[in-house]
Amino acid sequence: MYDNECECEYNHIPFVVKGEVSVALEIKCQCQCAEESDQDKYTRISEIIDEYKDKEGSLIQILHLAQGIYGHIPLELQKFIAQRLEIPLSQISGVVTFYSFFSTQPRGENTIKVCLGTACYVRGGKKILDQLIELLKVQVGDTTADGKFTLEVMRCIGACGLAPAISINDEVYKQVNPDKLQSILKEFGEVKK
Amino acid sequence: MVNLIINNKKISVPEETTILEAAKQNNILIPNLCYLENIHKIGSCRICVVEVEGMRNLQASCMVTVREGMKVYTNSERVKKTRNVLFELMLSDHPKDCLKCERNQKCELQKLGEQIQIKEARFEGQKSQEVMDISSPSIIRDTSKCILCRRCVTVCNEIQGVGALNPQKRGFKTQIGPAMALSLNSVNCAFCGQCTVVCPVGALVEKDATQNVWKALFDKNKRVIVQTAPAIRAALGEEFGYEPGTLVTGKMVSALRQLAFDDVFDTNFTADLTIIEEGNEFLQRVTKALTGEGATLPMITSCSPGWIKFVEHSFPEKLEHLSSCKSPHMMLGALAKSYYAEKLGMNPKDIFVVSIMPCTAKKYEIVRPEMINDGFHNVDAVLTTRELALMIKKAGIDFQALEEDSFDNPLGLSTGAADIFAVTGGVMEAALRTVYEIITGRELPFAKLHITPLVGFEQIKTAEITIKDPKEEFKFLEDFTVKIAVTSGLKGAKYLMDQIVRGESPYHFIEVMGCPGGCISGGGQPRPTTPEIRLKRLQAIYNEDESKAIRKSHENPFVETLYQDYLNEPLGHKSHELLHTHYTKRGKFNELLDE
Repeated sequence: MYDNECECEYNHIPFVVKGEVSVALEIKCQCQCAEESDQDKYTRISEIIDEYKDKEGSLIQILHLAQGIYGHIPLELQKFIAQRLEIPLSQISGVVTFYSFFSTQPRGENTIKVCLGTACYVRGGKKILDQLIELLKVQVGDTTADGKFTLEVMRCIGACGLAPAISINDEVYKQVNPDKLQSILKEFGEVKK
Repeated sequence: MVNLIINNKKISVPEETTILEAAKQNNILIPNLCYLENIHKIGSCRICVVEVEGMRNLQASCMVTVREGMKVYTNSERVKKTRNVLFELMLSDHPKDCLKCERNQKCELQKLGEQIQIKEARFEGQKSQEVMDISSPSIIRDTSKCILCRRCVTVCNEIQGVGALNPQKRGFKTQIGPAMALSLNSVNCAFCGQCTVVCPVGALVEKDATQNVWKALFDKNKRVIVQTAPAIRAALGEEFGYEPGTLVTGKMVSALRQLAFDDVFDTNFTADLTIIEEGNEFLQRVTKALTGEGATLPMITSCSPGWIKFVEHSFPEKLEHLSSCKSPHMMLGALAKSYYAEKLGMNPKDIFVVSIMPCTAKKYEIVRPEMINDGFHNVDAVLTTRELALMIKKAGIDFQALEEDSFDNPLGLSTGAADIFAVTGGVMEAALRTVYEIITGRELPFAKLHITPLVGFEQIKTAEITIKDPKEEFKFLEDFTVKIAVTSGLKGAKYLMDQIVRGESPYHFIEVMGCPGGCISGGGQPRPTTPEIRLKRLQAIYNEDESKAIRKSHENPFVETLYQDYLNEPLGHKSHELLHTHYTKRGKFNELLDE
């Protein structure tokens, strides 16, 4: 499952990526899933809960699928799941806030992840991260005001030879430096000064 | 039996015993912090680590069970070094402002320091995020002091079944608290305070009311009335060096007089009154049910405000099962500002009522909007048993040296039936002592008036009493079998409520106390409350009951006078105004539901 796959049941991947320096082509998913109302999303989540309800230890799976449908897991959705599973809300929120995969905030159109594994870190990964925090005016884990980017960190993606590496929407960009970072971001539209 | 060697001492313990328990049984003390016998065993603090021959890593002795031939070292150099580092790391993220901490001298972290004896605290690292949650009227949560032992999580989730507290986030950022950084007041916390009893440090404590009480006591224009719950007298002594289970009723009254309270009344008096009101309410409901008029059964007791808040959140559609009686201390407050105020010729605004309670939920109960009569709160402040002890100490009173004194009248005399309100099964027994006698004219047919199946600490206790040969006006009850159930702790309460929801509850009358064992182990009682201490407090309460000349609420002469002079009749107009209440539908996430 990808962060950026379409929220429809076919799990369309709306971005196609190619080339050495990746280019995210403007091919949007063709289905109508994006139009789905909150109510329909809740109905689908409810069906998932019915399917998993009686299986022990399936909370993470349910949350995972719920995030796939809803995009993130806000308090209201946590309450809905708590009510349906008859487990305390504080327990749901405990799991949601434990795993960095889950988000309680709406996610941006694009997710930028900066590798802070050892190799990337010593080759300037932290500087790239600091630059992104400054450029995008967000903290790690947050989403820009215009909803364009969510900034995250990750620990070693096994691309140490390409350090420092970042990924945007699961496409890896190698040997990033401040100049390169500017041009990469331009691919996704102008960054507001 | 399993044979093993701890620190070169040969010992033999039953199978499945943990190393920690095995050592303890043989007088070897292994320092520990998060472990709580029979309740909490997750090995999170690691302080109890020991070296086991043949095992590479140190083992948490609270988690590992003994094996034949095991060789354990609890004090090897490696163990000591590790324990020191663990303790130092714990201290590095602790405020260490012990002198102004409520738990000063009563803190398990301090006690551990006494055992471990570190000479320096080498680590001065980052401090975890400090959240001070003062939102609730009952409990204060200060995460800066939290050592993440998770005892509160265990009692809140597994013992009480409330689940207001759970670990949030991870690693260094972990905080124990409600979901999504919500405050305690905005979630389904029942305010039972069991978390404040098990918290080893000052991270979870009751909200301080002593300041307000001192202020009232210093106010020359206020008449300050104090009342004490039945459970206080069996536990307060523990704060002053007495053995658990020592009754200190007389000394407690003396201490309250020395603190300059104007009237020292007894919540027991209104416990007797509760029995008259609640007993008659039950009789009325049964009569209506049997004569075809229809009534909601089972009826459930309403003395425990933690239970009330729990049921409002969890079963908002079933509130009609609750007795409409206010809890005894609210009744006393209401009477103090009406009946007693009239007697004194005073304006209720000049009366300040303080309740000494074994309970943190009572702090919340007094601010409920339902608990106001004629614009005055029935009760103005609630002190826990622990807070009263602090006040006595602060006033420089030598508790052990006090003379015995007795309560003031007219709101101070009580029967044995009122004493047992402090223990699980007690309210039910007290009610039946009276109701059975109203119906049959005879005493409840049990040795020493104790309904034996209702005595003790089992989670759910049941009994059946068949009515034979009733008085003329109760002939319709001939051969009627009253089915009763008693539970303490909110998990048992949930079980009985689920039965009601499914339409499968066979009972007519249910007693619920919010804390396991009843008020004797309430959220405001002295720490610790171990199973042994709880049992001793229970025995003390039954002793107090049996020592009384009058042991049935309806025989309390001052209760009779109160009805003659003021209330006229049980469930009458005045009673409804002063002594009865209604409840609020709240919903699981504290959202107010439509009426």
